[in-house]
Amino acid sequence: MQHRSHLYGVMGEFGNAQELIHAVEKIRVAGYRYVNAYSPFPVEGLSEALGLKRNMVPMICLLGGLTGGLGGFLFQYWVAAIAYPQNIAGRPLNSWPAFIPVTFELTILGASLAAVLGMLALNKLPQPHHPVFNVPRFTHASSDRFFVCIESKDPKFQVTECARLLEEVHAHHITEVPHD
Amino acid sequence: MSAAGQPPPDSPEVRRLTPVIGPGYTYGSVTDKISAIVLTRPTSFGWFVGFTIAFSLMGMMTIAIGWLVIKGTGIWGINIPIGWGFAIVNFVWWIGIGHAGTLISAILFLLNQKWRTSINRFAEAMTLFAVACAGIFPLIHTGRPWMAFYMFPYPSTMGLWPQFRSPLIWDVFAVSTYGTVSLMFWFVGLIPDLATLRDRSIQKSAKIIYGLLAMGWRGSARHWHRYQSAYLLLAGLATPLVLSVHTVVSFDFAIAIVPGWHTTIFPPYFVAGAIYSGFAMVLTIAIPLRKVYALEDFITMGHLDNMAKVMLATGLIVAYGYFFEFFMAQYSGNKFDLFLVEQRLHGPYSPFYWALILCNILTPQLLWFYKIRHNVAVLFIMSIVVNIGMWLERFVIVVISLTRDFVPSAWGRYTPTFWDWATFIGTIGMFVTLIFLFVRVLPAISIAEMRELVAETSEEDK
Repeated sequence: MQHRSHLYGVMGEFGNAQELIHAVEKIRVAGYRYVNAYSPFPVEGLSEALGLKRNMVPMICLLGGLTGGLGGFLFQYWVAAIAYPQNIAGRPLNSWPAFIPVTFELTILGASLAAVLGMLALNKLPQPHHPVFNVPRFTHASSDRFFVCIESKDPKFQVTECARLLEEVHAHHITEVPHD
Repeated sequence: MSAAGQPPPDSPEVRRLTPVIGPGYTYGSVTDKISAIVLTRPTSFGWFVGFTIAFSLMGMMTIAIGWLVIKGTGIWGINIPIGWGFAIVNFVWWIGIGHAGTLISAILFLLNQKWRTSINRFAEAMTLFAVACAGIFPLIHTGRPWMAFYMFPYPSTMGLWPQFRSPLIWDVFAVSTYGTVSLMFWFVGLIPDLATLRDRSIQKSAKIIYGLLAMGWRGSARHWHRYQSAYLLLAGLATPLVLSVHTVVSFDFAIAIVPGWHTTIFPPYFVAGAIYSGFAMVLTIAIPLRKVYALEDFITMGHLDNMAKVMLATGLIVAYGYFFEFFMAQYSGNKFDLFLVEQRLHGPYSPFYWALILCNILTPQLLWFYKIRHNVAVLFIMSIVVNIGMWLERFVIVVISLTRDFVPSAWGRYTPTFWDWATFIGTIGMFVTLIFLFVRVLPAISIAEMRELVAETSEEDK
């Protein structure tokens, strides 16, 4: 496996989104794989620059919706036709049109819960602490600054080399990110 | 980056006419300005006065509900034939108000309307609080609110299950789903802003509370990647949801055979009415909010103008609904429907009907004029007028139909009692209390989305 280090990575700071994307592209061209960027708002083109693939959230959402919808319908069928059948003037027990509103609502509920909880789970949130928070200037990542971090688990990782590369792409405040 | 050939509705030319953000803002300055309202701005005397009044009204609601629990629904003006009364009128009114929040946050998001950015956060908060107020009414209208769990399907020792063919059960599912999804939508939107507040608050306690709520959000590109998918999906799911909720509410009426209720126009006309009253409420909140907290650069005249136009458009749909209720009565020749029309125009409750026409159809026609749409004071009054009008609409629907049933022996009258009013005004107090708390402790405008807007607008200006 990768070598353990007392460092999480090396971080550089940028003033705007264009510089950030440019830097990420340069770093990836230089052959680094474990690179992450931090921004105060979703930056268009950043996912592509980082080479992020399509994520699983839509699939989880679809499964949640199918579960909610099918489960909701079958449950109503079971209640109305099997568990608690009521013969009202001989009308059919499986009166499926009357089950549609609840089926619809449960589809939406299942899909929404799955999308949100799936997103949080894939992002491994809640996660109260993370090494990047050790960088004092990182508080600006939630207001007006953009950060790039080359992580130490990258096979090519080497502190001085990463710092030099960050300098080359005009990063400010290049710092080491300690693990603890 | 721009789509060639096709003039986008938010092109620089159009945007200059109705700017969605004042000039000269940077990521830092929007963050400072919005977060300062929560973090550094001292709580003003006016806030305490407003909060105290609203909280007192909420106290009145608590007393009214307490008395109801002790004495039962006999303290209200309801009796056979008027079983619904204020509880249902207010329920439908509140749930309708909520709809604009979801419309702004979901539908305008899908349509890529940039002007939604600065109003979606408090509009979503308004939705949540309105749904909370709405939820109270059917609950206490059951008479034994502690038995309300009977409506949820659970394996009881009695072997009973809910009747899934009943619109009232559909309502339980629609409203609880709506509440849950609105809460998630609001909270997901808040996560990045909670992180901002965590990073910027000086007080230790504030840091801890915002930190816990932000769940360790750090703006990682990988997180944003999934976050944007989830947000887009939620918007896509909330759009049909919001249309379904008031449709289901209208089914409470339309599935019944009562004259004036049993019509197919109810679902679309209820949804339009909901959006109409909701936009009116958004304006009622936005106008004082931007004034008090000096947010005129974020909630611009362009926003107010757009909201006024949406009000005008939905108001016309509602007017179309009123017209078709009349037309269908004439066209079908159904004598009960015809009689109901007659009762609306000349019956004992006709003043309410004419007031409704005045508030909902005639007055809003002033919004055709640019000068009116750009007069903040007039717009504020207009929004209150529409709120009253939409409340009257529900009153007319519930009360006139129930007091003028099929046979004269089933006719009756309805007069709300002091406790009806105390509960209703109390929920307004609760709504305002929650709004006051919200603007004090959470960013009333989405900071992350405003930064995105700054990035987009500065890009286009280059």
